[in-house]
Amino acid sequence: MKEMVRVQGIKKVFDDTVVIPGLDLIINDGEFLTLLGPSGCGKTTLLRMIAGLETPTEGTIYLDGKDMTKLPPYKRDVNMVFQNYALFPHMDVEENIRFGLKMKQVPKDEQDVRVEKLLKLTHLEKFRHRFPSEMSGGQQQRVAIARALVNNPKVLLLDEPLGALDYQLRKKLQIELKNLQRQLGITFIFVTHDQEEALTMSDRIVVMNEGEIEQDDTPGNLYHKPQTRFVAKFIGETNFLEQEDGSTNVMRPEKLNLCPEGFHGQDHPKPKLFGTITDVIFYGTIDKVFVKLDDSEQKVVAYQYFDDIKKWQAGERVGIWWYPQDEVMVHK
Amino acid sequence: MPKTWRNHVLLAYSLAIIAFLYLPLVILAAYSFNASRVNAVWSGFTVDWYLSLFKNRRVLEALTNSLIIAFFSTIVSTILGTTAAIALNRYKFKYQNVINGLLYLPILIPEIVMGLSLLVLFSQAHFPLGKGTLVLAHITFCVSFVVITVNARLEGMKPEYEQAAMDLYATPWQTFRYITLPIAMPGIVAGALIAFTLSIDDFIISFFVAGPNSTTLPLYIYAMVKRGISPEINALSTLMMIVTVSLVIIAQILQPQHTSKKEE
Repeated sequence: MKEMVRVQGIKKVFDDTVVIPGLDLIINDGEFLTLLGPSGCGKTTLLRMIAGLETPTEGTIYLDGKDMTKLPPYKRDVNMVFQNYALFPHMDVEENIRFGLKMKQVPKDEQDVRVEKLLKLTHLEKFRHRFPSEMSGGQQQRVAIARALVNNPKVLLLDEPLGALDYQLRKKLQIELKNLQRQLGITFIFVTHDQEEALTMSDRIVVMNEGEIEQDDTPGNLYHKPQTRFVAKFIGETNFLEQEDGSTNVMRPEKLNLCPEGFHGQDHPKPKLFGTITDVIFYGTIDKVFVKLDDSEQKVVAYQYFDDIKKWQAGERVGIWWYPQDEVMVHK
Repeated sequence: MPKTWRNHVLLAYSLAIIAFLYLPLVILAAYSFNASRVNAVWSGFTVDWYLSLFKNRRVLEALTNSLIIAFFSTIVSTILGTTAAIALNRYKFKYQNVINGLLYLPILIPEIVMGLSLLVLFSQAHFPLGKGTLVLAHITFCVSFVVITVNARLEGMKPEYEQAAMDLYATPWQTFRYITLPIAMPGIVAGALIAFTLSIDDFIISFFVAGPNSTTLPLYIYAMVKRGISPEINALSTLMMIVTVSLVIIAQILQPQHTSKKEE
């Protein structure tokens, strides 16, 4: 795989606050990479350093093999989709999209062809003479993406581009964006704090916490094999079962199974924990069953598929069992 | 019932206030159409006073002076004020609050003090009083108003616009030319209109720094009044009032709160 962006030994300090203490990352050509983390973890700062909108305190950033650490943003072959789109309010859709080509002094007829192609690709032909203020959030978002993509950037940077949209629209645009990226084969670096969004869209996710990389992995591995407590907690719902040796068994709720206390079949492992059900919450395809463990204050949650025969009730005594291969031990 | 009663009282009170504020102006305007030379007696409608104004060489000269002075002081104060506002808004530096405060000070200082101090300055510097000193004096108080209006506009402008432009290959100059300036333009135009109005209307400061052959309209009206109030003064004042009010209305329409809605 060809390397597109290399972030090497990057450190960023804002007025005595260390935002990124030291970070290395390689992003491959054509990859959909997501920087995921809570607000303040440095993901946006890292993205803005790649765009050239922030200068790293230390370290080097390479784009397609060339050092671009000192290049101003207008000389970098990367384009950004801003969190609130930052569409120019005094220009209509077409002028917004054309802006980058005009600044790069692309010949007029080529501008026309490329703008037209992007209007079509983002289904904005009908809106070409609308102003940003006359459009919905989802439409503005499309303009922002078209405005960046029209320049054929080597890398497209997206700073929480779906954050301001409602849930339904977000789901729809996640799929559209992912398809667009596959279709064009451009490297996407996507910043979000929404783990669900990250899991659905990305080829690779870099989970960040306090300016450092917690885990750099595929969505599947992040979910099924988290390497730290932070990752396990940040992605999906998790039960932390502390072990005597100081490590923690991270159990996803769908991997915990319930059986009545004192009764368990021969076809599965014996229950390792016992407790009393405190709540059963209906979630459509599953019931979320909360169990308070005996001998501790800890509550665990288990997802149980609806069962015609057995419907769990609060107050019932239960045993909890799981397959040994589903255990994930983390040490920090 | 008590509610409608209260509404009536409130309405009457508001009307009384408006009358208090505008009655003198209405009377002045009305008498500018009075056929009688004596103000107190209404003897029929006429536009003669307006016509005679435009035949009066000295009135026209004062008008020309006022327009020339307003034109130059508007241009200079708009450029100075706009660049100052952009600098104050976009760059953070030491003593910024002090500089902000100093910019607003000319608005608060009594005009008579401003006028006197400028006069002292000009005479110390052996600067001959005339149109030049009037323009300089008007610039000093107009700049503050331009800074305030342009700054209000820039406050509402997110830095992302400029960052987005830079990301789209615009150099700092192109970013200013195609993004910052057009977005700030309503504020700049509003500031310029306010500057123009202030310059046309100013009496006190102009009174101190005017020289021979640089009589402005307000100074001319003052000189006329000393010889008794004539209907021509009423006519001239009415015209000034109309020009001022229209400029202020245009400036209001261009104010940030009206235009920024488009950006939401």
